[in-house]
Amino acid sequence: MNAPFTPFDVQMSRRQLLKAGGALVVTLVVPASVLATEQVLRDKAGNAQAHALLDKTLDAGAVDGYIAIHQDGTVTLFSGKVDLGQGLRIAIRQMAAEELGIGVDKIDMIEGDTALTPDQGPTAGSSGVMRGGVQIRQAAATAREALIAMASARLQKPASELMVQDGVVRPKSGGAGLSFAELIGGKRFDLKVDTKAPLNNPQSYRVVGKPLLRPDVPAKVTGTHTYVHDVKLPGMLHGRVIRPAAEGANIVSVDQSSIKKFPGVKVVRLGDFLAVAAPDEWDAIQAAAALKVVWSDSDKLMGHGKVEQWLRSGPFDAEETLVKKGDAVAALAGASGKISASYYWPIQTHGSIGPSCAVADVGAKQAIIYTASQGTHRYRPAYAQMLGMPNEAVRLVYVDGAGCYGMNGHDDAAADAALMSKALGKPVRVQWSRQDEHGFDPKGPPQALTLEGALNPDKSIAAWRTEMWLPRATASLPTVPLLAPQTAGMPQPKGISTGLISQNGDPPYEVANVAVGVHWHDSAPLRPANIRAPGKIANIYAVECFTDELAAQAGMDPLAFRLQSLKDARGADVLKRTAALFGWQMRAAGAGAANKANKRGRGIAYSHYKHNETYVAMAMEVEVDRASGEIRVLRVACAHDCGLIINPDGLRAQIEGSILQTISRSLYEEIRFDTRRVQNVDWASYPILAFPAVPEVRIELIDRPAMPPLGGGEAAASPVTAALANAVWDAAGIRLRTVPFTPERVKAALQKA
Amino acid sequence: MPTINFTVNGTARSVDVRDPDQPLLYALRNNIGLTGPKFGCGLGQCGACTVLLDQTPLRSCVTPLSAVAGKSITTIEGLGTPDKPHPVQAAFIAEQAAQCGYCANGMVMTSAALLASNPKPSEAEIKDALSANLCRCGTHVRILRAVMRASGRTPA
Repeated sequence: MNAPFTPFDVQMSRRQLLKAGGALVVTLVVPASVLATEQVLRDKAGNAQAHALLDKTLDAGAVDGYIAIHQDGTVTLFSGKVDLGQGLRIAIRQMAAEELGIGVDKIDMIEGDTALTPDQGPTAGSSGVMRGGVQIRQAAATAREALIAMASARLQKPASELMVQDGVVRPKSGGAGLSFAELIGGKRFDLKVDTKAPLNNPQSYRVVGKPLLRPDVPAKVTGTHTYVHDVKLPGMLHGRVIRPAAEGANIVSVDQSSIKKFPGVKVVRLGDFLAVAAPDEWDAIQAAAALKVVWSDSDKLMGHGKVEQWLRSGPFDAEETLVKKGDAVAALAGASGKISASYYWPIQTHGSIGPSCAVADVGAKQAIIYTASQGTHRYRPAYAQMLGMPNEAVRLVYVDGAGCYGMNGHDDAAADAALMSKALGKPVRVQWSRQDEHGFDPKGPPQALTLEGALNPDKSIAAWRTEMWLPRATASLPTVPLLAPQTAGMPQPKGISTGLISQNGDPPYEVANVAVGVHWHDSAPLRPANIRAPGKIANIYAVECFTDELAAQAGMDPLAFRLQSLKDARGADVLKRTAALFGWQMRAAGAGAANKANKRGRGIAYSHYKHNETYVAMAMEVEVDRASGEIRVLRVACAHDCGLIINPDGLRAQIEGSILQTISRSLYEEIRFDTRRVQNVDWASYPILAFPAVPEVRIELIDRPAMPPLGGGEAAASPVTAALANAVWDAAGIRLRTVPFTPERVKAALQKA
Repeated sequence: MPTINFTVNGTARSVDVRDPDQPLLYALRNNIGLTGPKFGCGLGQCGACTVLLDQTPLRSCVTPLSAVAGKSITTIEGLGTPDKPHPVQAAFIAEQAAQCGYCANGMVMTSAALLASNPKPSEAEIKDALSANLCRCGTHVRILRAVMRASGRTPA
């Protein structure tokens, strides 16, 4: 499959690459990577040596899909996985550099451009390095073997006597070699990725494992990094969508005379999709606010206060047994001292600091959409269908957005922009408001769990049962249904998207009798989507808090209780190292229950992410103010094992972020809504972690160079809430089983204790 | 159409606007082309739009353009560049104190203002100065280290 370069190239060169005295037109802001690529294509057009890029394949099984070596010997990587702020931009360069044998400074990287990058799946589920990086690493290893073979033929030396260093293949014994430019500069490899191409020995690594600096940070902290919010095309209009007064409300009437005073404002109405666009952004904002619209009444939402009850009540769409080992029901029925507990995780927003934004330029025959999407390839068919164009005519170009942590409103904003651009025949930038983002981004789904367990006489766990109530992701749903086609009455696949939210509902410990089942709903109270560590934070919160309850019943130290039945050596290692890093003293938990004046406590929790990925343990010390009900996290310790570490500093940043963001979600966050719409649509009513509440964070990375690299983007989020709640129990003798842990909930629990 | 005259990063600017009460942020981003200040909330709650009025942090998303007529504004682009970063920016780079980086504008500008008035702040003072600047990626511990570094001290 070849990318449709020519039409885009012509379009770009005419409209976006107008040159003025050799300099780009000053009003143009297109990401440097896009410009560079287009420039390369144009410069090399007509040059017989340089057809590699013009015919660039998108084949995810071809070396040329991922790697181009230019005539100057520099390298461009084409990555379907994108940098959302998590550091892939350096990590994937490092993986490719290590195998190719060239410095990262010689490598450029294009991300998530449907015309240039292979479809490597969406950048989600902590798969950037683990899957995307690994694919590119294998392509690089294949390329290196091919370069050595080419040099072997030209130098008349066996491949075994050659080495690659700094972009040159040379004899190990010394002497002149051949550069990448001489060997293949500007030409295609025409090779399939060889899954057997040997990888370099980790002991010889020179680039992987080093804390190399991320290339985008200097621009990010000097205000020169291009975000999708900053893209500016000639003739571009600023669009704002007018949201319904209530979920599901229809437009009764629109009074266009209400915005007469704003010059050049155009109204776009397609069914119940209503928007304004203007050359001036402030005019668009004011016109959107001033436009008089009468909406039909609608009160179809259940309200946030009824969600848990709804989750736990039938009818259900399906029942599923996830784990069945031994006979948990019988074992629990006959057990003495059986305990049970119920937990609830609320609906939350992704909470991006920059509300979603996109720029679309829809012409008669082709469309280009600049988007911060996690899945440009994934979403392309949705836009093509909406625009009535073939897939090949629609190009999505990834440009950084504000951190999204799952699917926030980015893909909706892109749909808004595309629909408006098609209607108006001009490029349109749609910037969501803060109220749009909190109110209308697809939300992290709610979760309810009830656990039952009992101990053996030797204090090990005899039986365990987890019952979950969850909204189920619709099978084979290609994308989250988008607001623009929905309100415009356009067809699109129906269903809900939630991510893999039923994983990690069973204990990671040796238990003879385990049953885990889920009652599935086929809908959710507010449109859901994946949010960081989908489902796993709530499930591990329940599982690891319940483990703590069993440890308390056993009268054992929570760490000792876990270690006695944890057979996985890597798992035991992260727990022990976390305990050492924290300064964990062995004692039974629950000091706060016995001493009413006690304020401080510590808790620990463990996660083997998805049961087959990263190992992580978390210990926390908290202080509970019994008068105000406020919880303060004082310090956090975390040991983390995700196999081979590509960039330890980037990994550390992801772990820090996972910890702090999840403390925020645990302590403060719940989307509140009435029967009409979301109510807490700003940062005052939906507070998140702020600097005064930031604890001390200590992290120990465990590098396992001989093991495959696993995800680092979300595993550390998964045990945070459990560690926090367990520390609160130790401090104050209360079990917090509903998130968020607000002062009101803490005070209510203290009164009952 | 009213014209507002003010100084940005040492350069005199004239901006013609239909509405002199339009927030400064849009003039900076759209009329002048300085996209370092970001739109985060439009409510003065998150700090992504922060600029300096003399040495004081100012939320450009809720500041009418008319209010800065005749005044001098510094944006993050006026602080330093990737090649010649301000000490605060250099410290943010050294500590890799940005993930998505969308809040970085406000973090850098507020920190620069803090250090200009208090060259050796305690950690509590840094936290207090940044208390109304929101970060969702959880970059806080690095930002604290970066401000310590920028003040000439070794971060913990």
